Amino acid sequence: MSELLSVSHLRVSFRLDKATTIEAVKGVSFTVSAGETLAIVGESGSGKSVTALAIMGLLPKENSNVAAGSSVRWQGRELLGLPNRELRTLRGSDIAMIFQDPMSSLNPLFTVGDQIAEVLVTHHEMTWKAARKRAVALLDEVGIPEPAQRAKLYPFQLSGGQQQRGMIAMAMAGEPKLLIADEPTTALDVTIQKQIIELVNTLREKRGMAVMWISHDLAVVGEIADRVIVMRHGEIRETGTVADIFTRPQDAYTQALLQCHPPLDHRPRRLAVIDDFLEGKPPAIALQREARPQVGAGETAIAPILEVRNLSKHFEFREGLFGKRLLKAVDNVSFTLPKGRTVGLVGESGSGKSTVGLTIMRLHQATAGEVLFEGKNLLTMSAREQMPYKRRIQIIFQNPYASLNPRFVVGDILLEPMRIHGIGANEREREALARTLLDKVGLPALTLRKYPHEFSGGQRQRIAIARALSLQPDVLICDESVSALDVSVQAQVLNLLQDLRDEFGMSYLFISHDLAVVKYIADQVLVMHAGEIVESAPSDDIYRNPQHAYTRNLLRAIPRGYAHKTLVAS
Amino acid sequence: MSTQAHSAGLWTLAWRRLLGDRVALVSMSVVALFIGLMLASSLDIVAADWNDEIAVGYARPSLFSATAVTEQAPEPEAVSAVIPQVGAGDTAIADPAAVLKQLGLDDIKITDPLAKELDQILATTPAPEIKPREETRPFGADKWGHDVLLKVIKGSETSIFVGLAAALVATVIGTLLGAVAGYYGGWLDDLLNWFYSIFTAIPYLLLILAIAAVLDQKGMTTIVLILGLTGWTGIFRLVRAEYMKHRTREYVQAADAIGASNFSRMFRHIFPNVSHVSLVQLSVHTVGFIKSEVILSFLGFGVPVDKVSWGSMLGEAQNELILGYWWQLVAATLAMAVLVTAFSMFTDALRDALDPKIK
Repeated sequence: MSELLSVSHLRVSFRLDKATTIEAVKGVSFTVSAGETLAIVGESGSGKSVTALAIMGLLPKENSNVAAGSSVRWQGRELLGLPNRELRTLRGSDIAMIFQDPMSSLNPLFTVGDQIAEVLVTHHEMTWKAARKRAVALLDEVGIPEPAQRAKLYPFQLSGGQQQRGMIAMAMAGEPKLLIADEPTTALDVTIQKQIIELVNTLREKRGMAVMWISHDLAVVGEIADRVIVMRHGEIRETGTVADIFTRPQDAYTQALLQCHPPLDHRPRRLAVIDDFLEGKPPAIALQREARPQVGAGETAIAPILEVRNLSKHFEFREGLFGKRLLKAVDNVSFTLPKGRTVGLVGESGSGKSTVGLTIMRLHQATAGEVLFEGKNLLTMSAREQMPYKRRIQIIFQNPYASLNPRFVVGDILLEPMRIHGIGANEREREALARTLLDKVGLPALTLRKYPHEFSGGQRQRIAIARALSLQPDVLICDESVSALDVSVQAQVLNLLQDLRDEFGMSYLFISHDLAVVKYIADQVLVMHAGEIVESAPSDDIYRNPQHAYTRNLLRAIPRGYAHKTLVAS
Repeated sequence: MSTQAHSAGLWTLAWRRLLGDRVALVSMSVVALFIGLMLASSLDIVAADWNDEIAVGYARPSLFSATAVTEQAPEPEAVSAVIPQVGAGDTAIADPAAVLKQLGLDDIKITDPLAKELDQILATTPAPEIKPREETRPFGADKWGHDVLLKVIKGSETSIFVGLAAALVATVIGTLLGAVAGYYGGWLDDLLNWFYSIFTAIPYLLLILAIAAVLDQKGMTTIVLILGLTGWTGIFRLVRAEYMKHRTREYVQAADAIGASNFSRMFRHIFPNVSHVSLVQLSVHTVGFIKSEVILSFLGFGVPVDKVSWGSMLGEAQNELILGYWWQLVAATLAMAVLVTAFSMFTDALRDALDPKIK
């Protein structure tokens, strides 16, 4: 195989302000051969995207610096320091790149067809007429139905998956020898993700191009890659063929990554966390091999703490001048949450799962239905009557960057709920309580005087959990609470949530798009689709014996990494 | 546990940051200097004698063009020299006795009962010392010979007070209404928007004249009210938009979930996150209102005639410019430009300092 791209001793640093510079990539070397798929895997801050941007010459000029001695060679020619004009030619034809969020990568003011045609006109000296025709052919190739009509649509008129297909079509326009895909499926639902992976695989085989696939998700990588590079903190931890990485991982970090994500086929008592591997803590590893007993299957004796009956939430949109469109975000949803148990709510984006949580909290006004908390309907209470119940039901949101007020110090964030509900006799008592809470979620007491932005994503989510706990709630709604976190951090937070539930006897409503996560933490799983609950079953059964067609689709779409691929092949 | 590791309170932190920022420090001192001068002048410590006619009319500014003074000085003198000549030519009126004789009325004796006393008083009191008027002043003098520098200092009293107070009134009204409209939405938002539309639909000057007529009182409070009551509309729209954006943010929902009241959510949670808008608007409007005071003074709705402001100085400068007397304009504009620049740089620095995310 001929060598297309060779990166050696790449070092990139960013200047944050006058005093601080961080080194994002610390001497990375690898090669990409023609026709192969190389995957770069790493968590946020691993430097995987910066590496890709450095190859493309797309690093921000103002504050980035590629150190002397770094080298990026494309078919023997040095790319670093090449004038912009020459780089542009290369980017349009030989190397193409697609990004995570297709919506923000496409220009909202041009039709999809014209945006693809523009590439052809600029780089291949085609006439606009010929280019538009070619654009339609490309859209057809990436599997967009009725490509001639779709080419005339604007990006917002396409679904997320179709937008990403459009981006891929645009990348294909220059007949590239190398496609760099930076987290191309992270913003998409699993079912769409599967389609995009298949599409890229087909295109690669058909055109014989090489693919550099950047992802945080090892399972996805296992399905697509020939070779895998594992990065952490700007360094390469391990390089190997996909079979080696998945079956004989050498590096402790790679081993941890493989184990951190909740497995689909069994329910361990605890999830592995990275520190277990890096420090080699044996008891935790043993615990995560031990299966967690299935509880709540078929039991009806436990009194429900929360009962949702025929809950509906409809949104009305104005359309045109007088027209109205009704969106049934949640339609006739009923379920019960037994005391001390966890009910999981799983569904793709737009299924209405988050709306259920917000409506129960009365952060949205329900259109119809009842939410009975120990037999009392929360939805018809006055604000005053609801106050004591606000204490007893708490919510943890998806994005810990958005859910903590940036102008409050952590102390205020934790003390405010206690002040409102009169928990603790005085400030000193409340502060002592806040300290114990921080200790419970694994943060130092020093945290109290700091601002949220001084913490990492995982730490912030711990603060959000501590805030919810400060009210000593009986029911905790977790709305995608671990979705924005890195896999390793996600495992830590899931373990923490489990410990807290066992310690305080709380009941969880756990909402997520990730079936594996839901299946791991929940006793009972509800599958939501288009505002309705299509299936409800104990969490082990839902994996072994899915009833509804949609559930089966969802399960099939979940990437399972390398083992699954070999299984299918054999 | 060391206190150093704690993040200090918002204002302590902001203060510490301001002191560390050179631009902030310089602009802060300039603003402080202006405000200090303004306070000193209002307490009559400086510029109390601004109304004294200490120089010849349109005395040249020595600070700018000292050498050119003597050569061009005769011009204003020539004007004043004409006046006594006119009076001296009319001798008939100058001698009242001759007039009476002409009319045949000289036999009537007019006794002045006060003449004696008047002579006595004149004799006892020393003759008023007529100071020689100065030919030049650092910033020149105006038509009557008032020192322009002192006028600028005295004028700052009106201008800075009017600008700051009116901007404060406008910002408070705009922010409060904007917060309510943006946060609650619905009919309250519609109502306030309707109110806003009325205010913006009426031509600005007409509205000002109408309010001035209603208040029917000249003075600084009136100007502050006029400008404040008409100037809030832009701030209202901006703050409203910010509140609409923030009210659905997760941190506000989280505040709702823990049971924080609407008031607390609006002002304790959201306001610190949108305060930069109000702060920037405050600075922009201060500048705008200092200028608006000029227009109001020009239209006759400004400060009373016995007061001086940068606006009235600029008004006077309009006529002087044609005659080539530029220094009053330069002095007032210079003072305004320096203050305005320093003030907006200071608000910029303050905004950055108040944001805990910026290091």
